[in-house]
Amino acid sequence: MEIPTIIGAGLAVIGAGIGIGMIGGKAMEAIARQPEAYGKIQTAMLIAAALIEGIGFAAIFAG
Amino acid sequence: MFGMQGKTLKTLLALFAFTMTFSAMATVKEAPEGEGKKDTKTEIKEYIDHHLQDSHDFNLFSYTGDDGEKHHVGFPLPVIIWDDGLHTFMSSEFHHGEEVVESNGNYYTLYHSKIYRTDASGTLNYDPEHPDHPTNARPLDFSITKSVVMMIVTGILLILLFRGLAKSYRKNEGIASGVGRFFEPIVIYIRDDIAIANIGEEKYKKYMPFLLTVFFFIWFLNMFGLTPLGVNVTGNIAVTTALAILVFLLTNFTGTKDYWKHIFDPLGDGMPWIGKIFIYIILVPIEILGMFIKPFALLIRLYANMTAGHVVLMSLIGLIFIFKSWIGGPLSFGLSFAISLIEVLVALLQAYIFTMLAALYFGFASESHDHAEEHEGEVSHL
Repeated sequence: MEIPTIIGAGLAVIGAGIGIGMIGGKAMEAIARQPEAYGKIQTAMLIAAALIEGIGFAAIFAG
Repeated sequence: MFGMQGKTLKTLLALFAFTMTFSAMATVKEAPEGEGKKDTKTEIKEYIDHHLQDSHDFNLFSYTGDDGEKHHVGFPLPVIIWDDGLHTFMSSEFHHGEEVVESNGNYYTLYHSKIYRTDASGTLNYDPEHPDHPTNARPLDFSITKSVVMMIVTGILLILLFRGLAKSYRKNEGIASGVGRFFEPIVIYIRDDIAIANIGEEKYKKYMPFLLTVFFFIWFLNMFGLTPLGVNVTGNIAVTTALAILVFLLTNFTGTKDYWKHIFDPLGDGMPWIGKIFIYIILVPIEILGMFIKPFALLIRLYANMTAGHVVLMSLIGLIFIFKSWIGGPLSFGLSFAISLIEVLVALLQAYIFTMLAALYFGFASESHDHAEEHEGEVSHL
């Protein structure tokens, strides 16, 4: 019963990683396009990243 | 992020370097832990588990002396338990779990940092299916544990620091002095970019004390977790649960009419009631669940982040004992140094995220859409 748990946790981390990576990348693009909105973009980015991270951790603990 | 002055930054960096040397010293002191009768890997795992738990005495480090005996350096803490009457004694009477304590006719023993009631010889009965879980009765434990001590210390530190900041404003005609120059921009950042941005100009003031306290409380405790004191307070699910319950209570007790309307009647008057019923059978339970899921996500995030950080750091330190060659030391030092730097950032980031999301939920709770003036009087119950 050990192996499925580990695979599940790994999959959860991969998903969360892809999600946070996409948020970071898109935020970079957005900042490059509109440098004056830097503060707002950063705040929104951190909130979204935190929400995804929460799901990732919940998945790890469930697994 | 906060527009710190160069000098403050340098002092901070020096402080971190200082802390790091302490960590390195702590690592050296842990060395004898790895050599035992048990498998090194199990021993490291047990050590990490022990570190993550709260404990009844403030153990700074332990080592095995030349005489082969184990020495613990630290100080005992009071044990307060309720078991058909109050029992109080110092945790030093347990002798780190090696002895049974007699108090008013009852016997207690310590097993994996938890107190169990036993007979005079200290026998623990184990569950045959879970060999690590004794089936002995557990008394209600109100002890001043290591985490409680750290929380009290942080509380006193916060009072002293911010009383000083407030006093320096009065003395200097509105200009902060001393350590207040470091904290002033952070306080202003929380006010302008967290509270006002999420709650709004009119109502942010009544939430400010909570937001500031919770931010500095979490940040300081996270930073204490990185020092060699070996505390893990914000990585304790009971502590984060208490913080999340406070956020939950504040959100719901300061909720406006519009907040409750958004939960129980989100579509408003734009739809006949007969149509609403079918949608609300699904929608309202989801909204009610959301009320609880929001603080739950808050508590899991902080707990999991801090626990994960501690586990990674301790595992990297444990590499020394797994490699058992010259490469283990530098590798472990390099990796744990890098992770420590990331953890310093995470300590601040998690405090920020917690405060930010709490402010966001308060913003939802205190929003009032079109007829704000009508309900102004019946809003606050704080």
